Amino acid sequence: MSFVAAITGDDLWQTGFSGVAVGCKYALIALGFSIIFKATGVINFAQASLVLLGSYLTFNFAHTWELNFYLALLMAMAAGALIGVVIEALVLRHMVGEQPATVIMATIGILFVLDNLTTAVWGPDNHNLGDPWGIRTRDVFGVTVADRDLWTIAFTAAVLAGFFAFFRFSTLGLAMRAAALDPEAAMAQGIPARRVYRAAWAIAGLVAALAGATLAAGATQLSPATGSLALIAFPAIILGGLDSPLGAAIGGVIIGLVQQFTALLAPEYFDWVGESFERVSPYLVMIVILLIRPYGLFGTKEVRRA
Amino acid sequence: MSTSRTMALSYLDEVKLLRSPRRDPWRWAALVAAVVLYLWIPTYFGDPGLRIMAMCGIFAIGAIGLNLLTGYTGQISLGHAFFVGVGAYTAAYFGGERGWPLPAYLALATLIGFTVGAVIGPFALRLRGNYLVVVTLGLVFLGEHLWNNWDSVTGGGNGISLSQAPMTLGPLDFKEGIELGGEAYTFEQSFFWLTWALVAVTALLAVNLTRSRPGRAMQAIRDRDLSAEVIGVNLARYKVGAFAWSSAYAALAGSLYGLLQQYVSPGEFSLFLAINYVAMIIIGGLGTIVGSILGAVFVWGGRSVIEQNSSIGLFDRLITNGVGEPGWFTIGEANAILFGLAIVLFLLFEPRGLAALWFRVKTWFLTWPFSY
Repeated sequence: MSFVAAITGDDLWQTGFSGVAVGCKYALIALGFSIIFKATGVINFAQASLVLLGSYLTFNFAHTWELNFYLALLMAMAAGALIGVVIEALVLRHMVGEQPATVIMATIGILFVLDNLTTAVWGPDNHNLGDPWGIRTRDVFGVTVADRDLWTIAFTAAVLAGFFAFFRFSTLGLAMRAAALDPEAAMAQGIPARRVYRAAWAIAGLVAALAGATLAAGATQLSPATGSLALIAFPAIILGGLDSPLGAAIGGVIIGLVQQFTALLAPEYFDWVGESFERVSPYLVMIVILLIRPYGLFGTKEVRRA
Repeated sequence: MSTSRTMALSYLDEVKLLRSPRRDPWRWAALVAAVVLYLWIPTYFGDPGLRIMAMCGIFAIGAIGLNLLTGYTGQISLGHAFFVGVGAYTAAYFGGERGWPLPAYLALATLIGFTVGAVIGPFALRLRGNYLVVVTLGLVFLGEHLWNNWDSVTGGGNGISLSQAPMTLGPLDFKEGIELGGEAYTFEQSFFWLTWALVAVTALLAVNLTRSRPGRAMQAIRDRDLSAEVIGVNLARYKVGAFAWSSAYAALAGSLYGLLQQYVSPGEFSLFLAINYVAMIIIGGLGTIVGSILGAVFVWGGRSVIEQNSSIGLFDRLITNGVGEPGWFTIGEANAILFGLAIVLFLLFEPRGLAALWFRVKTWFLTWPFSY
């Protein structure tokens, strides 16, 4: 069977690893989406521009100002959190309780403003992020592993653990869960809704900057297209269920694997689907899963009363 | 203003769109003004301006369709660009490649748009709110992939030309420019008249749809679908119906878009176009037909005005028109930022859009000297 020989077992392992690595990047983006959704009940399209802005801020601190990269990353994350808080105070605070469509559109408006301000400041050219990982790789059990992928996976695991601890053990996390469940009842119990929303936006901005840095690190380079990568995270958040951080992470990894394996297998076995099918295969998987489970794999089913 | 003039004395009076000029002077004035503008604009403006205004009309048709779905039925869709693409490619294939006559391929594009909408509509039955937004967004990406790869029909990444598409309607040839009363008009003039005539027809259709039983059912679903179901509205039928009609409008807009551009390529039916449509109905006014038209003119007209005036006055200082020219933004960036700001500001300060602004002005005049 000559057509099978083209893809070896090593290829599969390699693709599997890169699928997980790419998936972790999506997961980081998706986690930012999920925390806003958990607190406010809407998909925040502006998350994509926070990711873009975060990566450019990292570049600015690490490359232009020549600071230590990890310090630069921390500063970018802090700046991202600050920008998130400002957006919340300027726009989203005034839209609490509006229809989801309205709030989603507002975040799309913010997306346009922030994205284009970013390209206006830093220009359309590609840049090296200034990260210490570069294109270094190492060999693990015969699979070539890039340093930056290992860092991405570690970051994702850390953020996920942080989210878990936050929602489980901190007062603010508990307040956020309550506010997401029923804003009115939460407020009646004395939960400070404003602080909850502000905190959610701050965390989202922070995670976005981290996601932006991992997206633009190494050979990928930093470009205005970094933000549009964030849109590929949509199937991930939907797949996992919008209100579940764990679901977002698992959804991200699934989407990463689907994408990498489509890229590997489609030209070989089903080339009738057309070129670069990996760009749309996540959406197909998403639609199929949603038809079976309309609230994603781990999402909470909405209880509806008349 | 006396009350007897506004009172409907019989059911027939109630359902009339236009009562006698004495009873309904404002509406008559608006109608006369619209007809005068329709006839006068193409004789006054140059071809580039008319092209922009024809494009506004095309967007208006699509926006009316989206408003039927989002504004009246409450189903948020970021997938409108996909249906616009369906219409554009249908027109390009049957008009440009096969040489069908104008009414035939416009009708077929609309029909195929309707059918595709009816096929995809059932998906919306299971999904709500945020989930529906992302699934319809996925539709745009899947569509782009289809346009790029279905070479035999769409011409793949190169796109497909409509230059061979016949554009005659009886004695009128819109491509060469129509001749009326011994006067010959250009393509842009003729196309303006064609497009805005279609805007009038489709708007009238939509107004009547929303005033009748299906329209009331759609609005009941928007306001609360569970309650609507309880009082006997068939959710499946009206949700799918709204999807189908909205797609038909989008497809008609798409086929006109192809005709105006004379060329269709995959990148045009992107998420950006879909977002534009949603922005138009939000800025114009959700749940109003006249708002869809106002929003389309505002968004597309505004963008074109800035593009044409980027080297004048304040714009010149902010916008760079080439390498080395002073300014902070490129035209694209400036337009996108203003577009985003317009969306946010309208949502914050006039969530019911331009239509509400117009309504407020009208009420002020009608109730003067009393504020209401």
